[in-house]
Amino acid sequence: MNLILTKERLSEQVYRMRVRTPLIAAERQPGQFVILQLDTEFGERIPLTIVDSDVDEGSITLIFQVVGRTTHQLAGMEAGEKIANLVGPLGQPSEIHNFGRVVCVGGGIGVAPLYSIAKALRQAGNELVVVIGARSKELVILEHEMRALAGELIICTDDGSMGRKDLVTAPLKELCEAAPKPDRVVAIGPPIMMKACVETTRPFGVPTVVSLNTIMIDGTGMCGGCRVTVGGQTRFVCVDGPEFDGHQVDFEQMMARLGSYRAQERIAAEGCNLHDEALRKGLKE
Amino acid sequence: MSGRPPEELLAAARAEWARLEELPRPLKPRERLAIPPQDMPSQDPLERAGNMREVALGYYAEQARVEAERCLQCKNAPCVRGCPVRIDIPEFIAAIAEGRMAAAIEIIKRTSLLPAICGRVCPQESQCQAECTVGRSLKSVEKAVAIGRLERYAADWDREQGEAQIPETGPPTGRKVAVVGSGPAGLTVAADVRRAGHEVVLFEAFHKAGGVLVYGIPEFRLPKAIVRAELDTLQRMGVELRTNFLVGRTRKLADLLEKDGFDAVFVGSGAGLPKFLNIEGENLVGVYSANEYLTRSNLMKAYDRGHAVTPIHRAQRVAVLGGGNVAMDAARTALRLGASEVHLIYRRTEAEMPARVEEVAHAKEEGVIFHLLQNAKRILGENLKVTAMECLRYELGEPDASGRRRPVEIPGSEFIMPMDVVIVAIGNESNPLIARTTPGLEVDRYGRIITDEQGQTSLPRVFAGGDIVLGAATVILAMGEGRRAAAAINRLLAAGDA
Repeated sequence: MNLILTKERLSEQVYRMRVRTPLIAAERQPGQFVILQLDTEFGERIPLTIVDSDVDEGSITLIFQVVGRTTHQLAGMEAGEKIANLVGPLGQPSEIHNFGRVVCVGGGIGVAPLYSIAKALRQAGNELVVVIGARSKELVILEHEMRALAGELIICTDDGSMGRKDLVTAPLKELCEAAPKPDRVVAIGPPIMMKACVETTRPFGVPTVVSLNTIMIDGTGMCGGCRVTVGGQTRFVCVDGPEFDGHQVDFEQMMARLGSYRAQERIAAEGCNLHDEALRKGLKE
Repeated sequence: MSGRPPEELLAAARAEWARLEELPRPLKPRERLAIPPQDMPSQDPLERAGNMREVALGYYAEQARVEAERCLQCKNAPCVRGCPVRIDIPEFIAAIAEGRMAAAIEIIKRTSLLPAICGRVCPQESQCQAECTVGRSLKSVEKAVAIGRLERYAADWDREQGEAQIPETGPPTGRKVAVVGSGPAGLTVAADVRRAGHEVVLFEAFHKAGGVLVYGIPEFRLPKAIVRAELDTLQRMGVELRTNFLVGRTRKLADLLEKDGFDAVFVGSGAGLPKFLNIEGENLVGVYSANEYLTRSNLMKAYDRGHAVTPIHRAQRVAVLGGGNVAMDAARTALRLGASEVHLIYRRTEAEMPARVEEVAHAKEEGVIFHLLQNAKRILGENLKVTAMECLRYELGEPDASGRRRPVEIPGSEFIMPMDVVIVAIGNESNPLIARTTPGLEVDRYGRIITDEQGQTSLPRVFAGGDIVLGAATVILAMGEGRRAAAAINRLLAAGDA
């Protein structure tokens, strides 16, 4: 159980792992996530979206970016090792229908959770336009996988090293202005990007779904740490989400809550980096 | 709770025991009533507010025997009526008085599976001790025989003897039962069903078993080693534990019965869905549900800054909203995490507080500041972080449906207190996950699973008990429910209908 089958590096800070966990693989639906913990006594529990699953092999695919202690430690694990604790699939599955023309916008690591949804939307018969945004060419992930699904793939980079030198909201706006107007937009990425996307689509009245990645502990509705305000109501991302009507989400509050422990996390991350630096120096010497 | 140092309590108990030994036996009721109630030795309040170690240290042997001599051995045993699992209280107390500790624990274990836990967390003053004739004669429930402390004494004595006796299990029946949730209700069902010889798999969503005993109740009130010992006993009885398994998501409840070969399922998933007040500012950074705050500190060990990865806000000024045991646990945890001021805000008076008397007393001794007949009106913040709380004063009006006098707000009585963290501890609703993913399982309008007296739900072979049925209640009530459901499951499986 929870055996890491493969591990590959997709970009400097992003890794893909296939993990053997037959029950989760069998039950998992697009949009759902797992919570993992690497040390039963003292580890933290973090949510990660399931990117794909293979029921025959009994495996799920996870893609993660190194942002804190746990992802840093996970990136250091290799095929053949086991993840101590993995629970799921959690959250409500994505709403998948034939909506018609759907624009999928993914920013940075958000392309990973977006992929599972895009794949299901394509299978349901939707016509897909996929917009991928990244800071630079090296940080673009799942380009080939997305190209295989999308009728049109638009890549934007901040530095222009690949595709358009633009924010994802620029092509999104053009797509909303063009005919036929998209029937639905799915936007997943950093909160600031999702917020910009919903503001872009709002004047056009295009339904826009976002997937929120908040702080969680149990992931079953018990702690309420993940709560967000959606349409003036408190909702729990873990059991009511992770997907919500983006036009209703209070992103300012969500971002503030996401940053609740930034100071502590920075100290922890610095600890990791110092450790890395020491390792690198050690290797050079 | 006298605040007297443990050594002094011990010396007094020794002197009292010497005096009692001079008296002709059996003692007369008048003599028993004259024996002073034995106080619980506790860590010094100022010292313990800075550590996570258990506050109540447990009776000395001499104290236990003196306290046991206070029992009148009533023929009609009113205390037993007050106990949800009907422990034979006079009998085990008589055994302690005579120094027969092995007998005492054997008597308790006939009906209670988790005495070391119940002795610590049961609200005895509103159960067995509320009915005690000694307390009635002395006109104070606080002077009732300290049944809970004696239960704890016997259980701790037993544990200190080394590896606990493994309860006997019946010959294998080939039947298999799934128990969903490893809190008090689930542990009880697992033990009782396993004893009948059935296979038992205990499913837990978290990475550690024990439910609220592990994530909710703090170490300083219930040491986790005690919960661990109870779980070890279950596993040595042959109960299989599967952590990281969320029934409803990892596997549907119906699949357990239809595809995985389980003959019956018990749902004891608890009341895990925190209530909020629905007031302005409740989602600001620094507002926690008590569940989250306690889980971070207890299960995730955020108090152990040197080792734990999980963070928690170490605030200077903390407000806790609520008057139950969970509110007391949160307030006392905040002190231990270094808060300089902890304010407990409750909209009724102390008499209406649902918390155990001992927890309220401990919280006060440690310096928690009580604000009674007050309630939060809104939480104020800057840059989306908590900075203050606006409260409103209340007075007591006419009794409400619960029989308690309804708190009525005093218009214009608003005032503001600066705060860094606000913890909402006003209870839980039923977690909807199993009901949502199990078609045909009937719930009431609060989301509680509907059962008959035996714990039978609307679905055949599916039973439920504990907080998912009762709403947020107590450990012992959950155990009582578990016992009844386990008996019903055992009857069903014995009848061969399943």
